[in-house]
Amino acid sequence: MAIPIRYNIRNLRLRKGLTIMTALGIALTVTTAVFIMALLAGLQRAFVTSGNPLNVMVVRKGSTSELTGPFPSEDFGTLKTLPGIAKDSHGEPMISGETVVVIVLPRADNSGEVNVSVRGMMPDGLELRSGVKLVQGRWFTPGQREVVVSESIHRRFKDANLGDALSFGKGKWSVVGIFDAGGSAYESEVWGDVNQMNSDFDRQGVYSSAYLRATDAMAADALKHRVGDDQRLKLDGMLETEYYARQTSSGNVIRFIGWLVAAIMAIGSSFAAMNTMYAAVAYRGREIATLRVIGFSRPSILTSFVLESLMLSLLGAAIGIILMLPFNGMQTGTSNQVTFSEVVFTLRITWIVAGTAVAFALLMGLVGGLAPAWHAARQNILNALRG
Amino acid sequence: MTLTRFVTKNAFRNVRRSVLTVLSISFSLLLLTLMMAIWRNIYLTKGSEESALRLVTRHKVSLAFEMPSFYREKIRALPGVVAIVPGNWFGGVYKDDKSGNFFAQFGTDPDEFFTVYKDWQIAPDQVAAWQHDRAGAVVDEDLMKRYGWKVGQRVVITGTIFPVNLELNIRGVFKAPQPTQSLYYNQKYVEEAVPYLKGVEGFYTILADSPQSVTKIPSEIDDMFRNSPQPTKTETEKAFQLGFIAMMGNVKAFILGICGAVVFTILLVSANTMAMSIRERTREIAVLKTLGFARSTILSLFVGEAVMLALAGGLMGSAAAFVLGIGAAKAGGFAGALQVNGWTMLVALVVAAMMGFFSSVVPSYNASRLGIVDGLRHIG
Repeated sequence: MAIPIRYNIRNLRLRKGLTIMTALGIALTVTTAVFIMALLAGLQRAFVTSGNPLNVMVVRKGSTSELTGPFPSEDFGTLKTLPGIAKDSHGEPMISGETVVVIVLPRADNSGEVNVSVRGMMPDGLELRSGVKLVQGRWFTPGQREVVVSESIHRRFKDANLGDALSFGKGKWSVVGIFDAGGSAYESEVWGDVNQMNSDFDRQGVYSSAYLRATDAMAADALKHRVGDDQRLKLDGMLETEYYARQTSSGNVIRFIGWLVAAIMAIGSSFAAMNTMYAAVAYRGREIATLRVIGFSRPSILTSFVLESLMLSLLGAAIGIILMLPFNGMQTGTSNQVTFSEVVFTLRITWIVAGTAVAFALLMGLVGGLAPAWHAARQNILNALRG
Repeated sequence: MTLTRFVTKNAFRNVRRSVLTVLSISFSLLLLTLMMAIWRNIYLTKGSEESALRLVTRHKVSLAFEMPSFYREKIRALPGVVAIVPGNWFGGVYKDDKSGNFFAQFGTDPDEFFTVYKDWQIAPDQVAAWQHDRAGAVVDEDLMKRYGWKVGQRVVITGTIFPVNLELNIRGVFKAPQPTQSLYYNQKYVEEAVPYLKGVEGFYTILADSPQSVTKIPSEIDDMFRNSPQPTKTETEKAFQLGFIAMMGNVKAFILGICGAVVFTILLVSANTMAMSIRERTREIAVLKTLGFARSTILSLFVGEAVMLALAGGLMGSAAAFVLGIGAAKAGGFAGALQVNGWTMLVALVVAAMMGFFSSVVPSYNASRLGIVDGLRHIG
């Protein structure tokens, strides 16, 4: 027969100080783990949700990013004639030749300067990225020195308000609109007209990349291979989604250091939990013996104490997650190892993050509780009753 | 029995609890020591004297942009500039595209390279051999070991940014004050294969003649090119390196956050243990008082016990961090930042002792104030 869980709850309540302190120790470890997982979840979202699976991105052969492979604009004419490209609203092939450069912008809080990606695009570029919504102002006009910025750039950088002017390239660019990219990688970009950008950055006659919209998924795949196989073009095609999925490697350093820290803290917390549980067993020697005399079996005592330890760690997990909740949605940035510019993302405490944190805490509770519970179950009844 | 002995005996009378406490504290301190070591190695180390005299000039916008080659002679003409070499990031891959196979390759000018990096050690005949072979390269000592390369060997590096593969002959091995994990080749070799790289450079490393020049030169260079199509940004070598770390995100806040969590955890663990052991010994305290021990003595007995346990944990933790740091330094690269020195260990021990003190002071004070009769009556 199992010992009622209420017994354990009452015991935890009885020794409030000890319970709270141990749970807090576990909570701090959980906090660290939640923080790291939330960072990674945000970063993951920034890349995974970027890109349309029907968009094919084209760069120079052998190049791994838009930054490193300019190709001559004559090739763009050839690209336009490829079969399988969807039509834009004017009935023309939906294709945009683009220029991506990295510039330095001062942060709004005066904490230094950060690299930001600037993307020059053709009018079709906006149509290709229909998921990006304008929230303020209007889109840039081709042929004008105008830019639109993402909401997070608007918040984090100086002179990025509607009506302000950003200075980069050869002069000032007026900010005419602010867009919402829904947490995708575009959230870290400034957009403008490709021809204006090219003349400012002395890049006439080349594009960093081109984007094509395929008619359907089959066509996208075919288009991707057609670009790579075409002997006239020294270009490579890839799905936009594939390109961004690869950039998640930017989180590798954070992931490695984060988990190392969390693991070391978890081992330390497991020892602390073990200590508490041993004390709990030691105080209740006579009680445990009584339970045995009444007829509770060894396995049920073992289960009971393991459960108590698990409850302790669950409490810790709850405190830890609650402590971290205010940080949910906090924006931060790291450098993108593919584009050398800052990628902005938000901390996201998702259900998966919370679930993993709980599992992580339960593991600590299990490791910490098993040995003491075993000890409790194996106690000699007579000695314990005498003690 | 002296008081110290009494404290020692008490500290280890519940061996299991003491061991668990010490282990728990030691893991926390392992982390704390490593974090402090990273902080020290990144932000506090000044580097060699020569490193402090070196400046790096790059395109103002980003390292990904090039500057004209004629900047080199213009900068050289400034007073206080001793030598200047160009550097160009190649970003190629060796063997395959795995991140474990990544190391930096830079194209430079062999004639002046070791004049600027004069604190890097290399045999003079190897420098000469490098200067005479256009396809020659010099390699960091650690990198040589990592791949088991030998001088004279040919290595092929596949270009990812530029459409050329480097087929290089290793002509020399250098040892830098801090591991660099990098390879340097003659930029002319790449310029021959990639015409558009002729006449441009990625960055310049400048050796100044004095600390006064180091403060003066950056603004002079940047002012000189301010209104040109390629404006520059000049900073000290140290600041240049810190720029890369700052790009990773708010590293300082990250480290401080972890340190805070760790210190608080130690406090909790230690306080927990002391609360348990004092509660267990309530009757003993009353007996000690009956025997005539002063309140202050009892207070110091318990505080001493906590400090001792914390110190034991601290010693284990920081020693483990020290060993880990040596291992990490062997692995090279960024892991080298984990190297722990004596001062860092000492600070870790002081933190441990302080945490032991603060965690026990309240429960010990309460214990020392306990009335004798209550204590004797206490059922533990």
